[in-house]
Amino acid sequence: MATIRIERESGDAESKATAEAYAHAGQREILFGLYDDEVTLLDAVRAANDDHLDIDDVYTPFPVHGLDPLLGLEESRLHIAGFIFGTIGCLVGFGFMTWVFTRDWPIIFGGKPYWSVPAFIPITFELTVLFSAVGMVTVFYIINGLGPGAEPRRLHDRITDDKFCIAFDVTELSTTEVDRLRDYFDRTGVETVHQKTVAA
Amino acid sequence: MSGHIAPVRQPLVTGHKTYHQITEDICRPTETAPSLSWIVTFIISVICLGLFAFSVAWTIWVGIGSWNLNRTINWGWDITNFVWWVGIGHAGTLISAILLLFRQKWRTGVNRAAEAMTIFAVMCAGQFPLIHMGRLWLAIFIFPYPNTRGPLWVNFNSPLLWDVFAISTYFTVSLLFWYAGLVPDLATVRDRAVGLRKKIYSVVSFGWNGSAKHWQRWESLSLILAGLATPLVLSVHTIVSFDFATSVIPGWHTTIFPPYFVAGAIFSGFAMVLTLMLIARKVLHLEDYITIEHIESMNKVILLTGSIVGVAYLTELFIAWYSGYIYEQFAFLNRVLGPYYWSYIGMMLCNVVSPQIFWSRRLRTSLFWTFFMSIFINIGMWFERFVIIATTLARDYLPSSWSYYVPTWVEICIFIGTIGLFFTLFLIFTRVAPVVAIAEIKSILKTAGDQYIGPNALAHAHAGTSHTPHPTTSAASSHGKTTAPEVNDIPAGGTVDIDGENDKPLD
Repeated sequence: MATIRIERESGDAESKATAEAYAHAGQREILFGLYDDEVTLLDAVRAANDDHLDIDDVYTPFPVHGLDPLLGLEESRLHIAGFIFGTIGCLVGFGFMTWVFTRDWPIIFGGKPYWSVPAFIPITFELTVLFSAVGMVTVFYIINGLGPGAEPRRLHDRITDDKFCIAFDVTELSTTEVDRLRDYFDRTGVETVHQKTVAA
Repeated sequence: MSGHIAPVRQPLVTGHKTYHQITEDICRPTETAPSLSWIVTFIISVICLGLFAFSVAWTIWVGIGSWNLNRTINWGWDITNFVWWVGIGHAGTLISAILLLFRQKWRTGVNRAAEAMTIFAVMCAGQFPLIHMGRLWLAIFIFPYPNTRGPLWVNFNSPLLWDVFAISTYFTVSLLFWYAGLVPDLATVRDRAVGLRKKIYSVVSFGWNGSAKHWQRWESLSLILAGLATPLVLSVHTIVSFDFATSVIPGWHTTIFPPYFVAGAIFSGFAMVLTLMLIARKVLHLEDYITIEHIESMNKVILLTGSIVGVAYLTELFIAWYSGYIYEQFAFLNRVLGPYYWSYIGMMLCNVVSPQIFWSRRLRTSLFWTFFMSIFINIGMWFERFVIIATTLARDYLPSSWSYYVPTWVEICIFIGTIGLFFTLFLIFTRVAPVVAIAEIKSILKTAGDQYIGPNALAHAHAGTSHTPHPTTSAASSHGKTTAPEVNDIPAGGTVDIDGENDKPLD
């Protein structure tokens, strides 16, 4: 991310102690604001970038276009996985049929050659698509940490409904720094601000 | 939100919806007790499903001899129904994949239900080849796996085997595509649910939390899956048509079959989507999300594909005559004037002649005519498959083998039974999952909501300006409409309230 972390005030022993306690318990303290519109959200993210605030994550009810560059998210490389799996499927399908019909059990069907390439095309194509789709979807769930029983961080029930959330990790921040974040939320037209302790 | 919107674009979400209202409206059917009409339809469907179980059991117990297939007509209702169901299963992926690539926003209103329909239709289709094997428990033989018979492999040169791969791939990919789209919406249902329901939806929504990176990958996944599913959907019915086109039977042995089958599949699929959606929008009160605009768009696709099918029918006749090949000429003359002439007439009337009414804007925006036509087309496309299969086989090379075929009660019951299977699954789906893609509808609201575009748009709330006012505020201020109060009640501009427990709703 292209933002700079808020400089910690020196000698803030209390916050350091709290941070260590949290880290020990495997927990993080999250301060998040809920916005009621994606336009306000985008403006707020821009303001955060201008103020060099380190946004932990943004949660939205639907994909908000224009958010990725602001958060400095690189383009997804999922298509590379799709291509690799597709290539494997293509080679497996074609290779297997070739092996069966030329090496393992050659049979003449209707006087055609053993290695009847045009007849292999449909199955080769289907297996390319099958491997690519299954592989890519599997990768998608794994890299996102999603799956049956997965329990990723869930901050607020309205995020999947109509609220747009900007979250800051305040575990290691001093009171002054947290106040600065609250100021920021106030300035950017936030609707509500909440704090929540979540698993790291 | 930015960008120009052509003035001809009509709103796709009506009723001045806010994001929260969209959630409320679409989640409601999954959260309330079923209506009486749902219960009655469900009971009828389950009875039909029972009929399916009984008639399939009968077939397996007695044998395929309980059907009226004979040595001449060795494919009858079974393969007719198979092709019919596979064809219906094409609309879902077409809507969700091809229309996604073409950036057609109206797909968002119908894609979820259409994809569900696809999956259920393919499940129905798959029953027929399986039952037709007679010994259902040996169905695994169609897959190439190491075995103790040599190993003896399947025939990779056979279009019937291509079909096995095509249909199973299509089913798998459609299911993955559908479910990937469903995950964020199931999370929406989860976050509104309590108790056991919340537990169940937590598991099935895979822990979705709406993180920006997840959404980015989700969009990327949808786009690539759409790119894969587009050639896939075209390949599936192409391969189904190869079952016929690669044979040496006059009337089947034609190169026009692949495009003609694909157009017919889209045609019948859209008809079934319309049949279902016209009922669903009424019963589930989704008129604001499945609008006349959606219906008109689908009717335009029906008009186009129906006309392509019509051209294909006429081309077949012309080429048969032009080929100068008497067997081919006989096959088509027999199709039109032979013992099954009535099914040819039915096919022509339902598929080619009647959809032409949709040239009229008044008729293609009429709910009655759309519903009427969707049923008509479903019937017509069934006739098409019957015409191709039964009439062709009934008159083969040896006049001494010529035959006529009528189905037995078992075959009829199996067909009715698959309709029961289809509706049972679809009705359950409408109760457990959002029928309309919630997140996708929200993402088009600012460019397709009726408070932003169209005749009822509010003057100052035009999409395209950089600072779009919130729909609630604008709708409430200038129209005096009662909109979701919970959004208005919270003072904008930032109330800071710290509470560790934020599980309670904002209102």
